Amino acid sequence: MLTMFLRSRELLLLVAIAALLVVVTWRFPGFITLANLANVYNDTSILIILALGQMVVILTRCIDLSMAANLALCGMVAAMLNFYVPGLPVLLLVLIAVVLGTALGAINGLLVWKLDIPPIVVTLGTMTIFRGTIFLLSGGAWINAHQMSDLFKSLPRGIVAGMPVLSWLSLAVIIAMLVVMRRTPTGRAFYAVGGNPHAAVYTGLDVGYTRFKAYCLSGGFAGLAGYLWVSRYAVAYVDIAAGFELDVVAACVIGGISIAGGVGTVPGAVLGALFLGIIKNALPVVNISPFAQMAISGTVIIIAVAVNARAERRKGRVILKRAEHVA
Amino acid sequence: MISVEQTARYVPDRLKSPAARWVKSWESLLIVVALAIFITNSFASPYFLDPWNLSDASFNFTEKALIAFAMALVIISGEIDLSVAAIIALTSTAMGYAAQAGFDTPMLVAIGLATGLGCGAINGLLVTGLGLPSIVVTIGTMSLFRGTSFIILGDQAFTSYPASFAYFGQGYVWWVFSFELALFVVAAIVYGLLLHKTNFGRAVYAIGNNATAALFSGIRVGRIKFILFLLTGLMAGMASICLTSRLGSTRPSIALGWELEVVTMVVLGGVNILGGSGSIPGVVLAALIMGMVTFGFGLLNVPGIVMSIFIGLLLILVIALPIVYGRLSRRWARSAA
Amino acid sequence: MLHDTTTSRIAPAITLEGISKSFPGVRALSDVSLTLYPGSVTALVGENGAGKSTLVKILTGIYKPDGGSIRINGTAVSFPTAHAASKAGVTAIHQETVLFDDLSVAENIFIGHAPKTRFGFVDWAFVNEKARALLKEIGADIDPSIRLRDLGIANRHLVAIARALSIDAQVVIMDEPTAALSHKEIHELSELVEKLKAAGKAILFISHKFDEIFRIADRYTVFRDGRMVGEGLISQTTEDQLVRMMVGRDVGQVFPKKQAEIGEPVLTVAGYRHPTEFEDINFELRRGEILGFYGLVGAGRSEFMQSLFGVTKPSAGAVRIDGNIAVIRTPSEAIAQGIVYVPEERGRQGAVIGLPIFQNVTLPSLGQVSRKGFLRMAREFALAREYTARLDLRAASLDQDVGTLSGGNQQKVVIAKWLATKPKVIILDEPTKGIDIGSKAAVHAFMSELAAEGLSVIMVSSEIPEIIGMADRVIVMREGRIVGRFEREELTAERLVRAAAGIGAVPGEGA
Repeated sequence: MLTMFLRSRELLLLVAIAALLVVVTWRFPGFITLANLANVYNDTSILIILALGQMVVILTRCIDLSMAANLALCGMVAAMLNFYVPGLPVLLLVLIAVVLGTALGAINGLLVWKLDIPPIVVTLGTMTIFRGTIFLLSGGAWINAHQMSDLFKSLPRGIVAGMPVLSWLSLAVIIAMLVVMRRTPTGRAFYAVGGNPHAAVYTGLDVGYTRFKAYCLSGGFAGLAGYLWVSRYAVAYVDIAAGFELDVVAACVIGGISIAGGVGTVPGAVLGALFLGIIKNALPVVNISPFAQMAISGTVIIIAVAVNARAERRKGRVILKRAEHVA
Repeated sequence: MISVEQTARYVPDRLKSPAARWVKSWESLLIVVALAIFITNSFASPYFLDPWNLSDASFNFTEKALIAFAMALVIISGEIDLSVAAIIALTSTAMGYAAQAGFDTPMLVAIGLATGLGCGAINGLLVTGLGLPSIVVTIGTMSLFRGTSFIILGDQAFTSYPASFAYFGQGYVWWVFSFELALFVVAAIVYGLLLHKTNFGRAVYAIGNNATAALFSGIRVGRIKFILFLLTGLMAGMASICLTSRLGSTRPSIALGWELEVVTMVVLGGVNILGGSGSIPGVVLAALIMGMVTFGFGLLNVPGIVMSIFIGLLLILVIALPIVYGRLSRRWARSAA
Repeated sequence: MLHDTTTSRIAPAITLEGISKSFPGVRALSDVSLTLYPGSVTALVGENGAGKSTLVKILTGIYKPDGGSIRINGTAVSFPTAHAASKAGVTAIHQETVLFDDLSVAENIFIGHAPKTRFGFVDWAFVNEKARALLKEIGADIDPSIRLRDLGIANRHLVAIARALSIDAQVVIMDEPTAALSHKEIHELSELVEKLKAAGKAILFISHKFDEIFRIADRYTVFRDGRMVGEGLISQTTEDQLVRMMVGRDVGQVFPKKQAEIGEPVLTVAGYRHPTEFEDINFELRRGEILGFYGLVGAGRSEFMQSLFGVTKPSAGAVRIDGNIAVIRTPSEAIAQGIVYVPEERGRQGAVIGLPIFQNVTLPSLGQVSRKGFLRMAREFALAREYTARLDLRAASLDQDVGTLSGGNQQKVVIAKWLATKPKVIILDEPTKGIDIGSKAAVHAFMSELAAEGLSVIMVSSEIPEIIGMADRVIVMREGRIVGRFEREELTAERLVRAAAGIGAVPGEGA
């Protein structure tokens, strides 16, 4: 077990993160304090939640480009309900956001499952449809901080046992996903369906239905993230989190989740998201223009995918006897 | 599996004539859709049929369509390039930088095309040289190219371009026919010939259907894919020249989100997103349809974001409808039998 | 060998009656019946396209039959999904054992039906323990916690069989299980089949290899053109009878070998080697000669051929064509030098499914059918017509998708494609693997004809009758090296097998 872990991509990523922290600390010693690291984690929580949803979809050989639009739509609906129907309890709003997100994910899933439309086409389409729907609902208007109830805004920031609720939530999602992926038949089915869809059919797994479940999961996470995003930044409008779907895919790729499906782990996705989160938080403190963030994450994605590809590359067959010991 | 075969010794070249095939093709469906939209639009607004209005409307799609032609080839070969909009941004930034340094129009054009080619070469090398999946590579280079624009420009903009540079986005070749429209027509013909009439185009189809068998048939798969990424970079550079010239300014957020519109155009045009099939006439029709929808909604004062809902629905519907129809007709056939 | 004549008195494990299945334009199965008995192996034989794989897909719940009934232990059942079939106790072990590379052995065995704890979670400790017990039961020494990726093909088969046992299947379908196995592995597999029989399983055994069928099976069922044309006890039939039923006519196992005039050396390979796949490959190929390459599956023959064709780089070695040094780094350079390769994996490396027949034929000859890079459609059709006619291709039209052809006709298209390049050397890698008897004979006849016309042929084959019937000279490879060379007069099945398996003294030059 230990040797397997030592060779794993998760460890490689952990080393990379440590190296990154060392470099940042050398320029700015204050970065590595516990308080600041907790802050970075809190700041990355939403990305972690989304990356875990995207991971499941990518594992089944699909992709969800509509995640950020889904997030924005659910966030807007939660904010508008909070504004127009002031009496609704905040927890109910969270629940509504999650259910709505799951339903939107289910639309993606149904189109992929029942109509066999390629996932990239489906989610490209629903992405624009979801964004457009926000406009139809809000008429293009913003819901600002003063239009939201105090509890609505403060829930993710509330401190419980020294950590914000947002951090606790993402931690809970991580643990839940560890259990789901490792301990439930559905979790293993995600791997099987993406690793070898053909064989999955013969083993009695329903490939389409499994993908449907993956989309429901990513949709539900997007819905939860929608509420968290809107309440944390205390604003909701059509374009919130625009383009964030690519950050989410990037976190997965950096975390070693193979775009070809079937390969990837929960710790990998979490570390991938954290890697991006640390870069984002470290740039200002080491006096690099925040405008450089995009170029840096682009470079990191390319390096990550190159490293992953090297690890996945199949070695040629070993036929010669003398070569057996070398290989 | 049982196969459809005859046991005759004589094997004819074709069973159905090309014309018969065409009637049932995707392109003819697109023509019907295009005509329907054209007619609806001309009834919906009295301003639609005005030649100058139509000419203005063509700017809605010409720049994107330039990229879509090259993108169609990339997608048919089984790859994808999501960095095209970012290439526009970087190219525009490079030209803006050069314009500020005092270079004149011909040099700006050269710099624009060269930057596009350079970006395409980077994508091509990463995909063919290192054997990486293009969808991830180009998500990476997308951030890298646009991120580089952000590093150079920050929240600034380049706005000083030579007067003669305005021709590409604002000039007219003859009467209502703009330079961009002319470029669109020329590019459509060139890419149509390239894909449908040349060895190169045939190789692209072969690679998209089965890259291994194509390699085993002596097709230089890596080289052809590299050229396809170069072409896409070049076309993005060209589109960037037109767009920059039309807007007269460069911001790092220029052409944001265009990659998805370009891919939508290509898929709407009947190109299989999984590679192997598709045609340039289809992409031309898809460009016209998207342009007319945008224009028609614009005349009716429908906001742009609502149009995007329509485009999104269109994208899903045009793919879903034939599938649903095929299933239903099979069910009917069975219940009739 | 077989004394089992009692099965007909035992109640059948599964009975299929009047099963029909149509696809748009094709009737794949019409009114077929099949009965499997517990503790008995039934061989399902038939040419490619006879409907065997359709039947397997119906039995495993992948396809729904249009009509007919399935009974298990006398009760009518239906399999709306693959899951339903596996729950009813029907499981299949497939041609190229399809399992999951990135899951552990235990997960592979139990995926889809893992025992759960009270809370719906999978208890992996328990699953690993059960997997270990199952593997032990079939005599496999495999750690259930390692990833499948790290196992060889034979061990993967064992995992698949353990899986069949784990779902407590009453009916086990083995769909060409030996296609990718070596002799030793085939031997081990037949022992396993015996164990499954002893455990009372009803086994449906699909194979193209008659020696296997006669060694392993108790009963047979023959399919032809989607119909059941005969069944009975193996002990009461002969190979000839089975073949007659399969093809509906007499087919002699006669190889149409023409004596070609063998000329000067065309291809000379010296000191050819690869870091892990093969080494010390030296030989000469003469004009008009058919040179056979025999060996067990995995002996490095295909790997060497693909390297010669420019797909993989050798670490050293010289190739001469007509006495001149030839530099071959890519398949296109090989084709330019006159070397072409008909691959073993036809669907993956040979035919471009999705393109029509004529475009497949002209793919390596695009220069011939175009001017200044522009294609000439008429020339394309002319070229395609010329070469497909020579191979007696059976198709509806030349612009038909090559994917709609049978395996045999696809192979003809691939060969036609290469002949159109007017090669000097044609390498045929398992040219008749998985194709029907009619097409087989056509390919053999054609090979002979080509040699007679002065083409040099390298034929990689694992079928001894084919090697003995067709080759002028044979090179035997084992573990990446040449271990035997035989002239036509010296060829016997025994010598070939001994050389390939590395048993005893090998006549001929040796390595």
